[in-house]
Amino acid sequence: MDILLQLIVSGIAVGGVYALIALGFVLIYKATSIINFATGEFMMIGAYFFYTAMVMIGLPPIPSFLLVMVCSALLGLFVERAILRHMLGQPTISIVMVTIGLSSILMGLAEIIWSTDFKSFPPLFPRAPIIIGDIIVRSNLFWGFVVAMITVILFALLFKYAKVGVAMRATAGDQMAAFSMGINVRSMFTVAWSLGAIAAALGGVIIGNMGGIQPTLGGIGLKIFPVVILGGLDSIAGAVVGGFIVGLVENIAGGYLDPYVGGGVKDLAPFVVLVLILLIKPYGLFGKEDIERL
Amino acid sequence: MRIGDFKQSYAADEAVFRSNTVRVWLVVLFAAMAAFPFMVGPYLLYMANLTGVAIIAAVGLNILTGAAGQISLGHAAFVGIGAYTSAILTTSLGLPFFLCLPLSGISAAFFGIIVGAPSMRMKGLYLCIATLAAQMIFDFIFVHWNSVTGGIRGINVPAPDLFGLKLDTEFKMYFVTVPIMIIAVTAARNLFRTRVGRAFIAIRDRDISAQLMGINLFQYKLYAFATSSFFAGVAGCLQVYLLKIVTPEHFPLHESIRYLAMIIVGGLGSVLGSIFGAIFMTMVPEALQSGLALFQGLDDKVMSYLYPLQTVVFGLLIVVFLVFEPHGLAEMWRRLKDYFRLWPFEH
Repeated sequence: MDILLQLIVSGIAVGGVYALIALGFVLIYKATSIINFATGEFMMIGAYFFYTAMVMIGLPPIPSFLLVMVCSALLGLFVERAILRHMLGQPTISIVMVTIGLSSILMGLAEIIWSTDFKSFPPLFPRAPIIIGDIIVRSNLFWGFVVAMITVILFALLFKYAKVGVAMRATAGDQMAAFSMGINVRSMFTVAWSLGAIAAALGGVIIGNMGGIQPTLGGIGLKIFPVVILGGLDSIAGAVVGGFIVGLVENIAGGYLDPYVGGGVKDLAPFVVLVLILLIKPYGLFGKEDIERL
Repeated sequence: MRIGDFKQSYAADEAVFRSNTVRVWLVVLFAAMAAFPFMVGPYLLYMANLTGVAIIAAVGLNILTGAAGQISLGHAAFVGIGAYTSAILTTSLGLPFFLCLPLSGISAAFFGIIVGAPSMRMKGLYLCIATLAAQMIFDFIFVHWNSVTGGIRGINVPAPDLFGLKLDTEFKMYFVTVPIMIIAVTAARNLFRTRVGRAFIAIRDRDISAQLMGINLFQYKLYAFATSSFFAGVAGCLQVYLLKIVTPEHFPLHESIRYLAMIIVGGLGSVLGSIFGAIFMTMVPEALQSGLALFQGLDDKVMSYLYPLQTVVFGLLIVVFLVFEPHGLAEMWRRLKDYFRLWPFEH
């Protein structure tokens, strides 16, 4: 029983971080209908930005955090302007492939700039584990969850109340109508990419803080697909719920099944869930169903 | 000088050989391909064999993704299924090569149908991610089903035996790979002249209209998955016999992406494009590698910068092609041909 509780708690904690990264993905998908296979690499680059700011420049954590946000926003902006803008109106496969190509470029660049060596951040939070009742939670996991949740809530508020958030929602709902109401649709695309990059990068910083960083860190980004499909590609609430479900499923499945098959269940379980969800509810829990007419 | 086409019937428009010029050039090409192995060393033959395998797999993927419009991120998994099938059939049952080849194709096609079955309920991005899941799941099975797949150590496969002739050199394999490749390419080319191939294209262009015209979407999508995985399985079988070993490392997600890159760089929906793309994406990394070898003398620090450069170049190739030449090498080839055909007049 103790093990189960332990697994549930760490599942929820990891799930919170997945939710944040998935949010970065959903922001981009919602506004631009582009499925971003480079989300994982945005995450990885964000972690390296943080490393550069803290270790190589020597800034304290809070300014480093802000610097990461600025740099990722610029990265998102650059990517949108330089590449994705040319892809408007292209078939899905081209857009998917362009982001896959982008992920390859970012990974190669990270290896060139920061080398393939394993790196870790200096301790950001008190080392002592958090104890809730009988359950022990690693401090990095706990604080990572807290930071992730605060960020997710801030993003949700921004989306609901801020002017730019409302404009983004309008763009996502109906581009033509938004355009005719005086919203600059193109700049909304750029904003979506910047915000998406920021969310992914912050997720990357938290993940990097838990287990160190390497250029292959972006591989975790693949788990974002089960998360967002589960919740529905265009739903922010879905991203959060999906994040928790995937976090729980992978931890519980990993904890109980790993001894029987020799490891790796943690990476597989989300995809099995994904297949099941696609079979039962192809548009996810909160996704908007596409109705097509000729 | 050939300046134009004048076709009087649909049959003429759909002929495999559009004109006599094409026939002449094909004969030249076949002669060159037959002479090739006598002129080069084992390394180039090895590359030629690998390219042949890549062409078969890429043509298969192009049927599914380019023609039928179903994006698949799991093509490498199907190549892997073909590879494991033939490896298991040869090592444990001792089946001969000419039986393994179709059986690998059939077993890959079988799994292709299973993966393709949900395609009725979803399309586009959702299907793309479903195939990604299939890729991850098959990858897991290859690694973890030790008793059958040999885990990460894989299975060692003896050189194939073709009617008593041991195919133990690259030179001998060339005369197996290339004819199979030619058959595969011809089959694909002809597929698009049939009812089924046309249905694929109709589904890609607008699935709802296709359905209205009486195409059974589910059935034809499954056909597309089955055909494409059959090609992949055959490619996998050949690959095993070329490399003499099969391990999960040969079929990661990255390999699926490489196949997609082939058909995009080559040209979506075009058989010629798959050939160009497969050659290009097999040769460019090798060329880069050889290019890097020139810098071998430099110190390790520089080398450590040059190696990831390959990853960057791979990504750049995809992005640059998609942004500047979305129709791929096949389109560039067509323009080049037009240029020479019309020279000295531009139009």
